[in-house]
Amino acid sequence: MTKPLLNLEKTEQLRSHAAQTEHPRELIVDVLRAIQEENGWVPDEGIELAASILGLSPLQVEEVATFYDKIFRHPVGKKVIHVCDSICCWSRGGEWIVQILREKLGIDLGETTSDGEFTLLPTCCLGACGEAPAMMIGFTLYGNLDAEKIEAILAKERSGGRP
Amino acid sequence: MKKHTLLLFKNRRPGETVFIEEYRKQGGYTALFKALREMTPAEIRDTVKASGLRGRGGAGFPTGTKWSFFPSDQGGQKYLVCNGDEMEPGTYKDRVLIEADPHQLVEGMIIAAYAMQIPTGYIFIRYAYKNAFDCLQRALAEASEAGFLGKNILGSGFSFELHLHGSAGRYILGEETALLNGLEGKRANPRSKPPFPAVRGLFDKPTTVNNVETLANVPHIINGGADWFASLAYTEGGAGTKLFGLSGHLESTECHELPIGITLGDVVREYGKGVWQGRRFKACLPGGASTPYLTAEHMTVPLDFAPLEQVGSRLGTGGVTVFDDHTCMVEATLNLNRFFARESCGWCTPCRDGLPYVSWLLEKIEKGQGTMEDIDNLRHQVHNINGRSFCALAMGAMGPVESLLRLFEEEIVDHIRKGRCPLKS
Ligand SMILES: Cc1cc2nc3c(=O)[nH]c(=O)nc-3n(C[C@H](O)[C@H](O)[C@H](O)COP(=O)(O)O)c2cc1C
Ligand code: FES
Repeated sequence: MTKPLLNLEKTEQLRSHAAQTEHPRELIVDVLRAIQEENGWVPDEGIELAASILGLSPLQVEEVATFYDKIFRHPVGKKVIHVCDSICCWSRGGEWIVQILREKLGIDLGETTSDGEFTLLPTCCLGACGEAPAMMIGFTLYGNLDAEKIEAILAKERSGGRP
Repeated sequence: MKKHTLLLFKNRRPGETVFIEEYRKQGGYTALFKALREMTPAEIRDTVKASGLRGRGGAGFPTGTKWSFFPSDQGGQKYLVCNGDEMEPGTYKDRVLIEADPHQLVEGMIIAAYAMQIPTGYIFIRYAYKNAFDCLQRALAEASEAGFLGKNILGSGFSFELHLHGSAGRYILGEETALLNGLEGKRANPRSKPPFPAVRGLFDKPTTVNNVETLANVPHIINGGADWFASLAYTEGGAGTKLFGLSGHLESTECHELPIGITLGDVVREYGKGVWQGRRFKACLPGGASTPYLTAEHMTVPLDFAPLEQVGSRLGTGGVTVFDDHTCMVEATLNLNRFFARESCGWCTPCRDGLPYVSWLLEKIEKGQGTMEDIDNLRHQVHNINGRSFCALAMGAMGPVESLLRLFEEEIVDHIRKGRCPLKS
């Protein structure tokens, strides 16, 4: 691995934060999210790094990391598409939206496109029920989806790239 | 449309967030001055109790009563936790509130903390609410800058520190004891109650957990008084306003602040602009994915805690999801139940194993492969799961299933007799 899991500055910041708090363990999710933000996902080495920053065992970190559906313990594409499959989106064509995404990306739910650009995952309600059907790419929310809109969104996200 | 008083949405403008300057221009933080300078903690607790405010997070527990159980006079560390997990399908009102006017929540938390003499608070925000998180981060910085957070607030001698926690998914985190485990950096399975959080909560210290909307009401109650707040409701026994997030098969699906006790019919017709595509109303979830269905015969029912319980449902979170007459209620219930089954934390058997079994039964019926025995089986599962699960998640899951059996038995039987879904051609 060439790139560090977490840049030095951020690592130091988290270390000093951990040193100042009474309960360093409460920072687990913050540290995991920081590692994920930089790598896209959290590899085993990330679990070990988080454990060392917080003075915990890797197992203590792992049991938390695997609990959350938005912490990825498998490699994902540059961008993760979270498509809502809960009731309000379902009532306004959510299943059809999933179908369109699968066709346009040529992958099934849980898979990553061969160019490594997108991973497609189902998610429960995004709190965008008034704009159903909805999906979130990275942290960007898209609502009132239809085939045309999805086409435009994917084109924009594809060229946008990730910093 | 009758005119009514707005509290939580009085500053709301589409696509904008009100920050401290504008908030204070509109009277923001005057309640904090009043609370800290003119009221004792006990007086605030009594005012909130007298106002009739009930929790907006789903369970509807009277807020003042919860606060009166809290060991306010006990010294040492205690915590105030704001529950902003908001992951129950059909519920999006806390996001709208925070993105419109986040300082209400901050001010409400400072007053609540003072009322219970709590030195430390946390706001817990779900992963998907990045924008709401950013709004709150800025609001907290502004409040600190203005001297409303930190040491010796407004020279009162009271100090309060408020942290923001961004989560990483899973509906179970909304359950208050699971949320406390999550905040502590532990696997977020719920804890057994008792001990209740008021006795042993976050880091084993006395803790009050309240919903975003509940806490945001507090400044308005302090400014307007308990009687005024209670009088805002249309129902005798009700109090205040409620945020109703509309969704599903309505022409207009937005979030509105409406008096508690407004009828379902008025919400659907006036604020939802009627059922979409000129279709007919078949059913709705009145307060989120865990609340039993209502049907067209319930149009005159006031949306308030007690009247909804009388017709076998709940006000829940106030997320109203409407289904038109083209909807198969077996399929809708299957979608809801799959959500609960997937989000089960796996801790207890009725939830971990019972919910997938219910999904399997519903799917079998929906596919036209069900038998009359499956209906009895479903009924048995509802009885078996209710009251036997470790936390309220599985009980919430049974809300739609129980009401499907009660209100739409004919539709279930029709699937079985025809050997296919009667609503699909
Ligand atoms: C599975 C489950 C999920 C919940 N999710 C939330 C939530 O997202 N937000 C919330 O405020 N309350 C939620 N609750 C209710 C909380 O446990 C708790 O009652 C509430 O936060 C108390 O605040 P309130 O009295 O102000 O309503 C949930 C409960 C259960 C059982
Ligand atoms: S159900 Fe899809 S955003 Fe709420």
